[in-house]
Amino acid sequence: MPGVDGGSERGDIRMFSVLLIGLGGFLGAIFRYGVSVWFKRISSYPWGTLCVNLSGSFFLGGILSLPPSVITKYLMGIGFLGAFTTFSTFKWETLQMIRNNSWKISAIYLGVSYMGGVFLAWVGWVIFEKTIAK
Amino acid sequence: MIWIGIAGVIGALLRYGIGEIIPKVGGIFPVSTLLINWGGCFLLSWFSMWSVKHGFFTPTMRTAISTGFIGSFTTFSTFSVELIQLIQQHVWLMAILYFMLSALGGLFFAWCGWRIGER
Repeated sequence: MPGVDGGSERGDIRMFSVLLIGLGGFLGAIFRYGVSVWFKRISSYPWGTLCVNLSGSFFLGGILSLPPSVITKYLMGIGFLGAFTTFSTFKWETLQMIRNNSWKISAIYLGVSYMGGVFLAWVGWVIFEKTIAK
Repeated sequence: MIWIGIAGVIGALLRYGIGEIIPKVGGIFPVSTLLINWGGCFLLSWFSMWSVKHGFFTPTMRTAISTGFIGSFTTFSTFSVELIQLIQQHVWLMAILYFMLSALGGLFFAWCGWRIGER
């Protein structure tokens, strides 16, 4: 029965991708927490969030230039890098800065995150495409 | 630590699930990431204020829910890459719209969550 077999095969692939995303999310969240705890010991500024968001953007840009596979898409992309980087904590920290009237710091934090994130995603794409994808 | 990881699994899978349900508008505009990031901004601010004010959850579980679940649910890397993809496709207006809606909307919803959680 080709129809049934095809259906269960698709189900297996979906189950496999869910497992990969789960594993990636597990590791991504723990790594982000580790990075933020480490940076909190040396500074009260949110260097940890900045670091994960910029490096995560770089690597996601990079792996998207590679030939698509379940490992790069689900484990590394949606799972690990999706969970490793964060938008909510970034905004929460910005809100704290604004509430403390640290306008200049919040503007710098926003500017560096956005411009750096987009620029590094592009740099990652170009570097990976010219090295690993070849 | 293990709880942060488990919460991260739920956050990542929920983000994936929502991404599968909500398609990109016109095949290019990333509505799902926008809604996920808005929702997460609201939830994180609200939860951070509310749980501390009422003394709900142990500090470990609070970190698991805020850092683990909500932190993994929202994403910055996908946002950066989607913005680049819009720029590469030369849909400038959509790129500007996506950036402005994410940036200002995220801050607005974080503020809403904070005000509601504080009450």
